[in-house]
Formats: sequence, C-alpha cells, structure tokens
Amino acid sequence: MTDTPADRLARATPPAIARRVRGLGDRAIAWIFVAPTIFLLLAINIFPLIWTVRLSFTNFAANRPGREVEWVGLRNYERILTDERIWANMQTTAHFLFWTLFFQVVIGFALAWLINRRFRGNDLATTLIVLPMMLSPAVVGNFWTFLYQPQIGLINYTVELFTGIPASSFSMLGPGGLAKWSIIIVDTWMWTPFVMLICLAGLRSIPDYIYEAAEIDRASKWRQFWTLTVPMVLPFLMLAVLFRGIENFKMFDMVVLLTGGGPGNETLLASIDLKREAFEKWRTGYSSAYAIILFVTVFGLASIYVKALNRVRER
Amino acid sequence: MSGWSVTEPSARSKWIAGTLVVIYTVITLLPLVWIISTSFKSGPDSISYPPKVFFQPSLEGYVNLFTTRTRLGAEDFAALPPPETWYERIVRQQGMVIAGPSRFGERFMNSVIIGFGATFLSVFLGTLAAYAFSRFRIPLKDDLLFFILSTRMMPPIAVAIPIFLMYRTLGLSDTHLGMILLYTAVNVSLAVWLMKSFIDGIPREYEEAALIDGYTRFQAFRKVVLPQAVTGIAATAIFCLIFAWNEYAFAVLLTSGKAQTAPPFIPTIIGVGGQDWPAVAAGATLFLLPVMVFTILLRKHLLRGITFGAVRK
Repeated sequence: MTDTPADRLARATPPAIARRVRGLGDRAIAWIFVAPTIFLLLAINIFPLIWTVRLSFTNFAANRPGREVEWVGLRNYERILTDERIWANMQTTAHFLFWTLFFQVVIGFALAWLINRRFRGNDLATTLIVLPMMLSPAVVGNFWTFLYQPQIGLINYTVELFTGIPASSFSMLGPGGLAKWSIIIVDTWMWTPFVMLICLAGLRSIPDYIYEAAEIDRASKWRQFWTLTVPMVLPFLMLAVLFRGIENFKMFDMVVLLTGGGPGNETLLASIDLKREAFEKWRTGYSSAYAIILFVTVFGLASIYVKALNRVRER
Repeated sequence: MSGWSVTEPSARSKWIAGTLVVIYTVITLLPLVWIISTSFKSGPDSISYPPKVFFQPSLEGYVNLFTTRTRLGAEDFAALPPPETWYERIVRQQGMVIAGPSRFGERFMNSVIIGFGATFLSVFLGTLAAYAFSRFRIPLKDDLLFFILSTRMMPPIAVAIPIFLMYRTLGLSDTHLGMILLYTAVNVSLAVWLMKSFIDGIPREYEEAALIDGYTRFQAFRKVVLPQAVTGIAATAIFCLIFAWNEYAFAVLLTSGKAQTAPPFIPTIIGVGGQDWPAVAAGATLFLLPVMVFTILLRKHLLRGITFGAVRK
C-alpha cells in the first residue's frame, strides 16, 4: 500500500476543516435546509397576515376592487368590539368550546383508563376507536345531517326506541334549542379518541414501581387514583386540551356542514360568522379586523395556557 | 412473566373494562357502518322509516355518484331500447336515463393530485428543516420552531381573505399549484416538528462516523440519516396526506371548478328533492376508506403524529 504525502496530510487534517474543503460547511447547509420552509411560511402565512392587519384599517371590499379604499383607522375594531351580535357569537363559541372539551376529557380519560386494564384485544379496540378523528370533518359532518333527520334519521329513531319520545316530535338540527348540543355530540364523537390516545400515553408512562410502593404503604386504590394516577396524567391531559381548544376555537368545516350556523344564529361560531362577513357580505376590511381579533384571542389564550402547562410539568 | 403483581389488573376488572370499551367501540363505529351500508341502499330504502338494517343491496348510490341523469317523458321512456349495461339498468329502474358522467371522478382526482403534491413538498421541506434544527446550532432556534408551530394556530378563514386576494392577483385561484402551495404551507409545520422528533431519535454517532470516513455532511445526511428516518418520513407523509385530503375551509373558499377537491363536492350531490343520500354515502365511502386503511397502517405512530411529536411512545 502506498502512502503518499497527500494521504498523510488528509489524515492529519481535523475533520471540521476537511469537511469545509470538500463540501459545504455545516452553517451553509443549515441555512439551505431551513430557508425554503421559512420562506414558504413568510409568503403564505406571514405576508397574508400582515396584509390582513393592513386591510383591517380600511373599508376595502374585495368584490368591488374599483371602489376607492378609505383609511378608517380603528373604526372596524371599535364596531366589532361594541357589537352585541359578535359577543353573542363569542358566547356560542365559548359554549361549544367548554362542553366539547368537558365531554372529551371525561370520556377520553375514562376510556384510556379502561383500555389501560390491558384486556385482550385492547390494541384492536384502540385502533377502531381512533377511526372517526382521522376522517374528513366536512364529509362526516354532512353525513350526520342525515343521521339527525327527524323522520328517517338513525338518531331520532334510536331515541324513540329507548325513551318512547316520538322520532318526529323533535329535530336535532332544527329550532328548539337542540342544535347547539347536536354539534357538541358530533365533535365529541369525532375527537374523544384524540384525548383518549394522549391520556393512554400518560397512563402508560407511569412506572409500575410507584404503584407497588403505594401498595406497600397500604394506600387504598381510590387514594392511589387521586394522588398518583391523576397528577401524573395531568400534563398529558392539559396538552390534549390545548390542541383541542385551539382546533375547536377555529372550528369551521364540521359545523358549517351540519347547521351552517343555524337555526337562526344558534350555532353561529366565530369562524362561520367570519366567513359570512368576508365571503358572503364581502366586508373585507371589517372581517379582516374580526380575523385579527380572533387570532389574537387564540394566541393570547394559548400562551397563558402554555405557561400554566409548563408550571404543571415542572412540578 | 410469572408471579403475582400488584399492578396487574384482576381478571374481573379486565373483563368489565373490556366489555365497556367494546360497547363504546360499537356505538362509535355505528355512524361509519351506517355510511357504508347507506351507500349500498336504494333511494327508497335509504329513507325508509324505521331505518332499515337489512335490505337488498344495490349499487344505485355508486351509479348515481358517477353519473348525471335526466327524466324522460313517459312515451319517450317506453320507446327506449332495453338497457345495454348493468349501470344503465340501475338508472332505468329509477325511471331515468344517463345524461353523462358526473364530476365526482374529476374531484376525486383533484384530491389525489393536490394531496400527493402537497405531501411530497411538505415532507421534502420539512425533512430538510428538521435535520438542520436537530443537528446544527441555529441562532434563535427555539423561536424559529415556535414561529413555525404558531402558523398552525391561525384560523384558516383569517388568512383566507388575503390569500384569496393574492391568488387572484397571481392567477393562482382555483389552480392545482395554488392549492398545493397552500396545503404545503399549512402542513410544513407538522412536517418539521414531527420529522425533528424522529431525527432526534437517530443517534448522532452514525453520522459522525460517516463524516470521519470522509463523507461530506450532505452525503452523510443522504446516505446515513435518510435511510434511518424512512419510517418517520412515511408516517409524516401519511399525516400530511390525510390533512390535505380532509381539508375543507380553503378548498371551499379558493376553488370553484377546475381544482375543487372532493370534500366541498360531496355535500353538493343532489338527487330528487334534496340530497341523494345513497350517492352521498357512496362518495363518502370511497373518500373515507383510504384514510381508514392509512390509519390502521399508522397506528404505531398515531400519538406522535397528532401531538406534533410532543408525545412519543
């Protein structure tokens, strides 16, 4: 084997320098790898967002591009924040948010706890239970209107079967106050598995020896549940609530196909109202301000929540 | 494992838990079973009262999904030659004739093109960025990562307004390219976070060994890291695909004809006097089935995917 001076030099060169000579440096590669993603996000997320902010100070209407655009300052924001109708929508959104989270946490946690009994076939059950949340909310939401039909729908029929209340005497999506619960039912059906999966990960992360130690200390099962299981799953549960909270604050597709915001304005969630203002009434400036208010609300609530979550995690 | 353990649930508690979970599973799958069974019902069977559990299966829904039909006058209808194909026969039984193909096939193909295009792009960009975030010191790394995640918090309708205006100016409204770029932008945050969690799990030593062996950094990435990350890439791709496949808000606002995907289309399938439920169910079945299959393939990575890599099993 010949050993040329060049080979000896190559071996003596520290790898870092050798790399720089032979190819791109790490720093260059880092930037080449990250830049396209950042650029895309700037172009399709941040630039539009800044544009929305700018539009929110004008009276621009996208369906009348010829009209002179006036700068109206904060008037759009003022009108939105003092509009009682908007506050009613916010209440509708809050109602939806609160009850969907409540049911999903309770049922999701209970299911995870049961599945964690490790009975035979629990893996198969988990996979089947998860199916609804992976499906298109629009397509599924649309089909639920069929299940909710007063005359022929499966839901009303089942209610009649078990309670004797005639199927045609009530309408899940019609007037009578049931609609805002109907959308909660569908959302809970769809997203309980999400909370369940995350809780299950939390439950499985608890090492057995903790329970063994508790058993030696003669702690009752009930006490073990409240002082061990619940606190250890809490960070996971809170993470699940964060994800679902953000998603449901933005909720649009499933509900728009179920009720379209109706009857009346009973299920008019903020996103659906925003869509009406922006793409049906074409009040672009006004709805831009509306969009900014919603975005700031989500972002603000999420940040506060993340702080609380971190505090729980540190404990 | 043998021996008695305090943490092993008793046989009785397992049995109770199992029964309750099976009951929940049956109830939660009922709407999905109903979609599939409705797709095989005839029109009258689908809207009968009480709802029919047992029925004569029919392909009427599928035929109606792929065709448009018209009603002829009684004399013209009687004068028609006998139907030549099985699907013509099904349409004739409803008292109509086929007028032409429906747009479902087109919409479904749009979903495929846009879904796969956006998935390829977002996984490509996401993997590169994730590798850089995982391995290199990047100034403001945590802020950049949070920025990438925060783009996901925006309500779609909020950015839809300027994107609508921007696309109108650039000529991207109602085009495949426009939708692919848009879905890529929405998905890339998931791709970066998820891929980072997978790449973080690959030991650095492999690459370092390769670098010492004389590979350049780029070669080490391509020949050492990528093959190890294949599972992660596949899981990330399926998540991106499912998102793009299911997306509705942008699709309904920014597409109308040429590039419209299936989700805004399926709810508009109308029959006589309202929605043609067997056809809607047939469309939904064809549209949801691939996702169900993918979900089952993905079950091991489901948790990581839905939490953006925050929770790993």
